[in-house]
Amino acid sequence: MNSKIMELNKVEVWDGNMAATQAMRQADIDVVAAYPITPSTPVVENYATFHANGYIDGEFVMVESEHAAMSGCVGAAAAGGRVATATSSQGLALMVEVLYQASGMRLPMVLNIVNRALASPLNVNGDHSDLYLTRDSGWISLCTFSPQEVYDMNLCAFKIGEHMDVRLPVIVNQDGFLSSHTAQNIYPLQDKEACDFVGEYKPLNAMLDFSRPVTHGVQTEEDWHFEHKAKQHDALMNSTKVIAEVFAEFEKLSGRKYNFVESYKMEDAEIAIVVLGTTYESAQLAVDKMREEGIKAGVVAIRVFRPFPLKEVSDMLQNVKAVACMDRSAPGGSVGALYNEISGALFNSPARPLLSNIIYGLGGRDMTIGVLCDIYRDLDAEAKAGKLNGSIQRFVGVRGPELKYYKV
Amino acid sequence: MSGNKEIKNLKAFSTAAERFEGSHVLCPGCAHSIIVREILNATNDNMVVSASTGCLEVCTAIYPHTSWDTSWIHIGFENSSTAIAGAEAMNKALRNKGRIPADEPEPKFVAFGGDGATYDIGFQWISGCFERGHNMMYVCLDNEVYANTGGQRSSSTPIGASATTSPAGSTSYGEKRNKKDMLQIMAAHGAPYVAQVAPNKWKDMAKKIQKGFDAEGPVYINAMSACTTEWKFDPADTITVSDLATDSLVFPLYEIIDGTELNITYRPKNIVAVRDYLAAQPRFKHLFTPKYEYLIDEWQKRVDAQWEYLQRREEARV
Repeated sequence: MNSKIMELNKVEVWDGNMAATQAMRQADIDVVAAYPITPSTPVVENYATFHANGYIDGEFVMVESEHAAMSGCVGAAAAGGRVATATSSQGLALMVEVLYQASGMRLPMVLNIVNRALASPLNVNGDHSDLYLTRDSGWISLCTFSPQEVYDMNLCAFKIGEHMDVRLPVIVNQDGFLSSHTAQNIYPLQDKEACDFVGEYKPLNAMLDFSRPVTHGVQTEEDWHFEHKAKQHDALMNSTKVIAEVFAEFEKLSGRKYNFVESYKMEDAEIAIVVLGTTYESAQLAVDKMREEGIKAGVVAIRVFRPFPLKEVSDMLQNVKAVACMDRSAPGGSVGALYNEISGALFNSPARPLLSNIIYGLGGRDMTIGVLCDIYRDLDAEAKAGKLNGSIQRFVGVRGPELKYYKV
Repeated sequence: MSGNKEIKNLKAFSTAAERFEGSHVLCPGCAHSIIVREILNATNDNMVVSASTGCLEVCTAIYPHTSWDTSWIHIGFENSSTAIAGAEAMNKALRNKGRIPADEPEPKFVAFGGDGATYDIGFQWISGCFERGHNMMYVCLDNEVYANTGGQRSSSTPIGASATTSPAGSTSYGEKRNKKDMLQIMAAHGAPYVAQVAPNKWKDMAKKIQKGFDAEGPVYINAMSACTTEWKFDPADTITVSDLATDSLVFPLYEIIDGTELNITYRPKNIVAVRDYLAAQPRFKHLFTPKYEYLIDEWQKRVDAQWEYLQRREEARV
């Protein structure tokens, strides 16, 4: 635990960035190498302020780019200690090369991604194009829907990634501005409680252990590369056990329960949308409205994006007639990522709901409760008609002529 | 035993404990291994070593083998500097927190990169590390070409050299740009110590490396690494070609302390002509034609001017 304790109120008013930074502070990180970028800048600023006021015993290295931030994190993690950083959008894009190296070298660390659109056109607002950029990077990827969850998932992330059965880096996603800059009531743990939960860092193959020199980041070609990547995937897939354990332990401590897939009113839902991020909270309000109209709507949100909970999502959608997969990222010439995952999840199950793909909210375009209600009404009509309304994919909330693709 | 290692002669060198094993797949005659070995043998302290993607990395860490009997990391092409800076920061953190006992001697942090990784793609990362003042040594193994990938030009490739991406041809004499002056650039960062070394002057090199290890803060070493494959000389001639480089003053050996105190550390008794250095390397053979002879004369003038400049800097102490 850091030598200087910060006394916290039972309820604090923090935005998502402060929630992330407070969890980082409490986790007693050894090295943070970071570079600021909107909207995650306050994470770096907050951390610098904590450091400047003696609340951080570890090292804080302000590097010259996001690529260097992740490079420094990899060097520090391989040296043998707890490491974290934060970024968004273009910064994430710049550090992508090193994301693959961090996971390939099996180095635990926590990366807060405050989700923001990728240019061009340049845009500072929230969408999930950066989140999707990390899809195949081999990191565990956790999603949050509110500042409280940002705080909670950060504490869980260290514990999951550093577990000896996992040893993988972990991303904690939150929506730019909608979560990162929205102050809400947060129920934090006290410093000791949080630090005890995260636990002491356990080094493995540490470069600073000179009794046993280790070579990190070797060359492999066709003779060994496949085996390395297979083992890495295996570790990622098997991390579900530890993730479940950590969520359970966190629930015992905080009373807040987390699942691989979250849902609202799915027990009897006939139509559903699948979302990521803060849209989950808006969708719950839309579901309540729909229920008043007699439409049995529900919403599913992915908490653990990687490793993707294929079975859990499929189980949740077995009794619905129509599902819209909501992707907040330009799909780049195909269906959106969530649509891909969900159709894959359902294909080997008995359920055959109508499955559509909605592209929405790019570059921070609002997704209102009203629009969500319209989406539910359309889904209801499709469910009643027993077929999709003309196409698999459509854009919602964009000006100009209607955009529909993959006609059916 | 910690601190600098005392090495009296070449024989002592050859019997010194090695943390860089002889088992690697660098080309016969490659100067990289000579330089790396000298650096690792200059201290008794523990070492954390990083390497950027390049000849040294691909030839010494091929799974399931390793040539390194010390802590070692490779991340990517551009970031061996920041990798070692991260490790150095972790060392500091763990000592501050008491997780590494205070009486355990401080290790040395050394990053290696080729000239491609140093002059070109990793330049920003190195600059960042030096600005932040990490306690580390960055060593550029300067063979003036992307040798690992078959001889493409870098911004260290000297004017007139034929490289695969700046080839000499019927309308071209090869590389058109002058070599970037990394040493001056790194000195301008406020580095406490920067030096140019060459494997043929091993005593000069050992002294500079030890000076570098004794300095507080980021140290830059530019090590000339004659490349038998891309400079196209016989593998047995590495030291001969290196002698020509230092004795023609194409590679002057000097150091700069705290950005101001410049010391020339080797003054050849008999200065050889630049022409002789170039003639030893077929990468320059097209210059020895009536059409391009003038480039050799220009080169000699540049080397003379540089030597004059270094001497004046040494005298002026600015």
